Amino acid sequence: MPEALLSLRGVRTNIGRYHILHGVEFDVLEGGLTMLLGRNGAGKTTTLRTIMGLWRAAAGEIRFAGRDITGLPTPDIARLGIAYVPESMAIFADLTVQENLVLAARSGPPDRQRLDWIFGRFEALKRFWTLPAGHLSGGQKQMLAVARAIVEPRRLLLIDEPTKGLAPAIIANMIDAFRELKDGATSLLVVEQNFAFARQLGDSVAVMDDGKVAHSGGMAAFAADTGLQQHLLGLGMGEHQ
Amino acid sequence: MTRDWVPLLLIPVVAALALPLVGSPTSWVTLTVAGLAMGLMIFIMASGLTLTFGLMDVLNFGHGAFIAVGAFVAASVMLALAPWMTADSLWLNLAAVGPAVLAAMAVSGALGWGFERVIVRPVYGQHLRQILVTTGGLIVAEQLLKVVWGPDQITLARPTALRGAFLLGDVAIEKYRVLAVLIGLAVFAALALTLNRTRLGLLIRAGVENGEMVEALGYRIRRLFVGVFVAGSALAGLGGAMWGLYQETVTAAVGAQVAVLVFIVVIIGGLGSVGGCFIGALLVGLTANYVGFLAPKVALGSNILLMALILLWRPQGLYPVAKR
Amino acid sequence: MLRAILSDDLPRSRWLAAALVLVLVGLLVAPFLFPGAKSLNVAAKICVFIVLAASFDLLLGYTGIVSFAHTMFFGIGAYGVAIALSRLGAGWDSVVFGIVAGLVVAIVLAALIGLFSLRVRTIFFAMITLAVASAFAILASQLPALTGGEDGLNYRLPAALRASFAPGDGTLFGVRLNGRLLDYYLVYFVSVALVLLLLRIVNSPFGSVLMAIRENPFRAEAIGYRTVVYRTIASCIAAAVAALAGALLALWSSQTNPDTTLSFDIMVDILLMVVIGGMGTIYGAVLGAVLLMFAQNYLQDLLALANKALVGVPLLANLFHPDRWLLWLGVAFVLCVYFFPTGIVGSLRNHALSSSSGPCASRAPRKRARRSRSG
Repeated sequence: MPEALLSLRGVRTNIGRYHILHGVEFDVLEGGLTMLLGRNGAGKTTTLRTIMGLWRAAAGEIRFAGRDITGLPTPDIARLGIAYVPESMAIFADLTVQENLVLAARSGPPDRQRLDWIFGRFEALKRFWTLPAGHLSGGQKQMLAVARAIVEPRRLLLIDEPTKGLAPAIIANMIDAFRELKDGATSLLVVEQNFAFARQLGDSVAVMDDGKVAHSGGMAAFAADTGLQQHLLGLGMGEHQ
Repeated sequence: MTRDWVPLLLIPVVAALALPLVGSPTSWVTLTVAGLAMGLMIFIMASGLTLTFGLMDVLNFGHGAFIAVGAFVAASVMLALAPWMTADSLWLNLAAVGPAVLAAMAVSGALGWGFERVIVRPVYGQHLRQILVTTGGLIVAEQLLKVVWGPDQITLARPTALRGAFLLGDVAIEKYRVLAVLIGLAVFAALALTLNRTRLGLLIRAGVENGEMVEALGYRIRRLFVGVFVAGSALAGLGGAMWGLYQETVTAAVGAQVAVLVFIVVIIGGLGSVGGCFIGALLVGLTANYVGFLAPKVALGSNILLMALILLWRPQGLYPVAKR
Repeated sequence: MLRAILSDDLPRSRWLAAALVLVLVGLLVAPFLFPGAKSLNVAAKICVFIVLAASFDLLLGYTGIVSFAHTMFFGIGAYGVAIALSRLGAGWDSVVFGIVAGLVVAIVLAALIGLFSLRVRTIFFAMITLAVASAFAILASQLPALTGGEDGLNYRLPAALRASFAPGDGTLFGVRLNGRLLDYYLVYFVSVALVLLLLRIVNSPFGSVLMAIRENPFRAEAIGYRTVVYRTIASCIAAAVAALAGALLALWSSQTNPDTTLSFDIMVDILLMVVIGGMGTIYGAVLGAVLLMFAQNYLQDLLALANKALVGVPLLANLFHPDRWLLWLGVAFVLCVYFFPTGIVGSLRNHALSSSSGPCASRAPRKRARRSRSG
């Protein structure tokens, strides 16, 4: 069996006195999109942040491409080829759209072809190229946040709720973009509440509950099992929109 | 850049308000130049502090130490080069002042590096302990200054070519103040260029907003911290050297004295904003000089009033930096 | 009974209790143990600074506020009494009037500063208080009509507190029973009372809320405590006690000037006292004050010895010059903040806990979510 691109074993994370993750275990296989689902407060965002090194795991092991990355400083983890799109988007409001992307393109000026592809999917970014990113609407900021993660090829994208608050048309654009990325050998780990989105794109699924992964497996099987969905998420995927 | 121009207008407004109060236009011009010169010197000293805070969330109450060290080192060098200082040639004078200022910056920068490693680094993120520890550092640094240079103050005469004033009609404009303004503007220009046109500046501006995200983009921002801290201390040393020449005396207490003004400027400008710091410094310099002329006893109080008014208008300072 | 007096805040350490008893008794019998005007002066100043430091501990240790304006309130209290005694004659009514005036000004000023700036972050507030205190100090030295300017005010104390007041001409153990002795015990007992009052305040429900706010202001606010209000009240109480300490000083020494009441050196001193003694304990302020006052006097003698020994060596000799006592205390202060964040009192208590049979001894420093640092 091919080794997973990213694997977590027994990961525990505490924030102050609060124990958030109680031994998270799952794998992200190369070249696919893994959905990380779960109720609010299940620990999805904490898991992404722990992988990224923004919070240090108190116990457990995280391996990426064969390397143990537990406890590595965040910039080093990023340089291994992992990009992170936080739930808060974290775009730099005082910097222009251009500057945001220039910063994200570590190895030099952003590749022209790549930029054109991004503009094709997220047209607003081209329009507001030289404007401060703070002037963008919520949806446009989300586009910028995703654009930052893909302006250069990365091996793994960690994305936290990319479609939150977006209009359906833009969500469609994002779905197309992610699909193309998947085909282009980028792996994605996406936290989402929007299940239509999840079902369309996800190849595998990991469902979190109370700081642990309660179920992991193929998306198709999970999407068919409404009882399991009900049990783990409180609602069927079809109803949750 | 997203910039609203209203705060910038405060400067001419204050200057204009002062004119009828001061009465005589010639005095007003002298005071205005003095205010700009003083303001720019304070800006040089404050710019490092505001960037350090914006970027690293560290407020260094020991910043005054860098100012004082700069003043003392510059004084020592200039006293050693006394013959060049008293010579009649501008070039010889500058040949004495130049190395003095460079030495001041180097020593202050080195002190800054040591300060960051030993005193500040262990208390990142803990504001209360930072305040305590950096205040302690200030106390120790001041005492060490007295150990090395003695407890008395040092008189520092300006070099011959920089004494006296230009006469424009009825108005006397001190030559040294003109130099101070030029240097201050040069520092501002250099900072603005670096921040806005270089990748380094991009990193700093982004880091001030959200250091965590900059790290997530793959940049080792910690090294940047140290660099900014050292640059800020070096600038403080430069400011201290210039202040010493301005006042023509150098005492260990100068750090604490000027530090209050520096803090006021940083608060007015908005912690983390170099532009705000610039405007704040000019406002403080002008206010200090106008009020110093009209009612000397309340000069410092007037700056506090200025700070209070600005905070009432914009509680986070003139240009608050959008923090995470 | 003891628990009631100390508001249930026992020393919890034999050494600490012993030290406190030593201080209490020592200061009580100081006039007889160390006769002479100079030692009495030091003893009285220790009493005053104990109160001042303790009031600062209320702010710093219990509420988590760093205010560089604390000496301002000390000065206000001192000048209140000083001005009253200068202008209104040397009677007890002047004293009362001065104290009340000082209290009112201090509390109002503390409330203003609090309401205005306690909404802002710790660091902002610290800087603002620094600026305000500096301005106040300059103002005081530049209004000679009111405050006597840089030289301050000289005035006569009420008759009962003067050296000349000696009813019966008695002596006890060789010490004259006169107004100065009375003055000393006035200072002593009022100081003890104020410290006990502070203990009561910090051990009350109000004190618990303060500590909750210190630990996690957001949480406290979320639970429903308006942090600004509590902090402001704490500021006012601290300011009031500081003003009373100032009044005591003014009543002890018949002169008040900016150097002895408003200088930044005093601010530095009480900061050192509270941190080295132990923040958030009140007892720490007591020990810290005693320690610092002794250091100021006797460390200098020690340094003088070292200085003499190093007379030939240029820089080293300067390092040990008696005037540089603050350097060594500053280093001790910095070391304390790093290695003994709980100060002397905290260390003594931890020692007591660990040497007794209890489990989980020392309070661990506040844990934050550990973030990795980049290199």
